Amino acid sequence: MSDESGSVDRHAVVCRGLRHAFGGNVAVDGVDLDVAEGEVFGLLGPNGAGKTTTIRLITTLLPAKPGMVEVFGLDVARHRMAVRRAIGYLPQQLSADAALTGRENVELFARLFDVPRRQRRERVEEVLSAVGLADAADRRAQTYSGGMIRRLELAQALVSAPRLLILDEPTIGLDPVARDGVWERIQEVRRATGMTVLVTTHHMDEADQHCGRIALMHRGRVQALGTPADLKSGLEPGATLEEVFRAYTGDRLDEPGDGFRDTRSTRRTAGRLG
Amino acid sequence: MLARVAAMCVVELQKMRHDRTEIYTRAIQPALWLLIFGETFSRIRAIPTGRVPYLDYLAPGILAQSTLFIAIFYGIQIIWERDAGVLAKLLVTPTPRAALVTGKAFAAGVRSLAQAVAIMVLSAVLGVALTVNPLRWLGVVVVVMLGTAFFSCLSMTIAGLAMSRDRLMGIGQAITMPLFFGSNALYPVGIMPEWLRVISHVNPLSYEVDALRDLLIGTPGHLLLDVAVLIVAAAAGITAASALLGRLVR
Ligand SMILES: Nc1ncnc2c1ncn2[C@@H]1O[C@H](COP(=O)(O)OP(=O)(O)O)[C@@H](O)[C@H]1O
Ligand SMILES: [Mg+2]
Repeated sequence: MSDESGSVDRHAVVCRGLRHAFGGNVAVDGVDLDVAEGEVFGLLGPNGAGKTTTIRLITTLLPAKPGMVEVFGLDVARHRMAVRRAIGYLPQQLSADAALTGRENVELFARLFDVPRRQRRERVEEVLSAVGLADAADRRAQTYSGGMIRRLELAQALVSAPRLLILDEPTIGLDPVARDGVWERIQEVRRATGMTVLVTTHHMDEADQHCGRIALMHRGRVQALGTPADLKSGLEPGATLEEVFRAYTGDRLDEPGDGFRDTRSTRRTAGRLG
Repeated sequence: MLARVAAMCVVELQKMRHDRTEIYTRAIQPALWLLIFGETFSRIRAIPTGRVPYLDYLAPGILAQSTLFIAIFYGIQIIWERDAGVLAKLLVTPTPRAALVTGKAFAAGVRSLAQAVAIMVLSAVLGVALTVNPLRWLGVVVVVMLGTAFFSCLSMTIAGLAMSRDRLMGIGQAITMPLFFGSNALYPVGIMPEWLRVISHVNPLSYEVDALRDLLIGTPGHLLLDVAVLIVAAAAGITAASALLGRLVR
């Protein structure tokens, strides 16, 4: 973590001294992160830990000041467009446009990312089948289930062939089957392309199962960092990440969050107004 | 830039194709203005419009009004997109803020055009002597697009300041009627009290109406000045709204 100069170019994301406050509420409080190229890196923490704010700092939605963020060696503050070009982003909310068909949703992002017209159709088709929505592509997204919407958004994020995929709670509000469906697609694409994945979650088991390395976040800080095995090694054998979290923070992780409710109300609004 | 703007317009067309009911329901209000207000005031000849029949005089005004009414609440869509995470996703694409706003503004214009068709068909049925010159119709398209672009940017600017749907609704409602009645849409500037003339003079809606009247029914206006004002207004609106767009997702 201290070696900044030599290894920066092999990192997909480097954060140093990241801090952000909303009014007096410090959401991110001095976060340092290194995400290596090609890995699946998890930001794990309860609601309010500062995961989304960290993501928004990395994705140029919030000014990364004070502190510093680099994406593939590019300073986010100075190379905003180049950074955005490298990123596929899936926000925490279910954000596909319910009034459009699946294909139209993906096409919009293909256009916004300048996928050349000649390749566009093929590219859109490709990602739609990669997420298992080829058959539903011409239905409007308002008829989709939660899992399908999430996979559609995955297709939107993937259509630009990003080197870095940033997923903010990709499985929020999904049942276990749909959750596995989403992860299966992510892992397939990753194996095929070698893209880096930065994912937030408040599900212990998900981080354990899918992430190469995990940063435990709590109250705006990274409390612990390492592979799931590393994090568990300090504790008695067979310890769950849940127990790891409690050991590092003294708090419980799975407090009933309001994330699920958020997502559902978003969907309802989307259906009504979209 | 142009491709991005086109992409946003394509989306708007796709939405309109999927759900046409909105176009029909939105055409009801201008239709009522033409049918009830227009027919009544034609009969009582209360408004001096020279040799132009009042209904002919009114039709371009109602067309301009419909663009105002469509556009002034367009910012609600931006706020909804903010709440739904759509805006964040758009802002993480390599699209300049100004291109997003311009795209949205012209997408609103596309919607206006669909409604303009309905109003023009009704006007023709009611016997308004509309132009048959295709160049003038092209001009109408441009003016409707520019007018809608300005008012939708005004709405997005208010959205960026108000930050919430309710406040935007309130402000929108508060300014719609003054913009409408403080224009030459219903009556000539000549019969306005002095203070209202001043408002009408700085009101982009008046320039839109003036241009549409010139193009559609041949009332001599100040076409070049009108279009210039609308272009400047739209550009200013795009600038203001893009500057505030990032603020919405903070
Ligand atoms: N737009 C915002 N305005 C004000 N406070 C916010 C905003 N977004 C997040 N916060 C606050 O910042 C803290 C961290 O939130 P967030 O980054 O969303 O956490 P997480 O994603 O881990 O649930 C919380 O206390 C939250 O209330
Ligand atoms: Mg979050």
